[in-house]
Amino acid sequence: MNVTRSDVLAIRSEYDIVLARQTARALCQELNFSLVEITKMVTAASEIARNTLIHGKGGSMRWELLVENGRAGLRLVFEDAGPGIADIGLAMSDGWTSGSGLGKGLPGTKRLVNDFDIQSQVGTGTRVSIVRWK
Amino acid sequence: MSDERIPILRMGDYLLVSIQVDMHDKLAVRLQEDLTETISRHVSKGVMIDISALDLVDSFVGRMIANISAMARILDAKTVLVGMRPAVAITLVELGLSLPGVSTALNVERGMALLRKQLERGEHADERHAQ
Repeated sequence: MNVTRSDVLAIRSEYDIVLARQTARALCQELNFSLVEITKMVTAASEIARNTLIHGKGGSMRWELLVENGRAGLRLVFEDAGPGIADIGLAMSDGWTSGSGLGKGLPGTKRLVNDFDIQSQVGTGTRVSIVRWK
Repeated sequence: MSDERIPILRMGDYLLVSIQVDMHDKLAVRLQEDLTETISRHVSKGVMIDISALDLVDSFVGRMIANISAMARILDAKTVLVGMRPAVAITLVELGLSLPGVSTALNVERGMALLRKQLERGEHADERHAQ
């Protein structure tokens, strides 16, 4: 797998969530994703970016344009140095919520992308990686 | 930026809200406050939320719509959501948000017809109750 281009943007306020969405949308368009593919990936980015801000107390989104066996993809990696998630299995189950949400964020987001990876350590932070292939 | 607001249009007994900007959290919270205040002030009977300009509804916006609908119901007003784009509908359902309790219509015209019908039904129910 080759990374053809990448960059990082900070997620420190709710306006950064809007910026993360706009960045994801522009990259999806560049890869000629269909409208439904774009909508799914941008919605997934929005969900994780909000988690990074609210639960992770801010962090960053790194985007990477990928090429593997001739197909193109977009990877978004969200990292924060927040409190971390004690039980990832629980956080990934439908209906579970840590507070004000509907409990749809993580498991719902996983359904919107092709690859989903989450790593978290209590006291260290959380890293979520999502990929959507063309 | 901090004064940014989503306009609420009044048409007789109804209110029309057309969301045409990329929602961020503070804007959504302000809309809930403005709308409940406007329903209360004008004794509005119905609220139509037009999202035809939105290219994305995430769980935050979905929750805001569900909250507005619940708040309006408590204030005795019906809510109907109109203009959802097909790609948004597909994404919402896969995300796991089916917006229970929120009435929907394909466009403003059908939304208005639905609100009128619901209102008539409600009034008839009241008449029956009175007898």
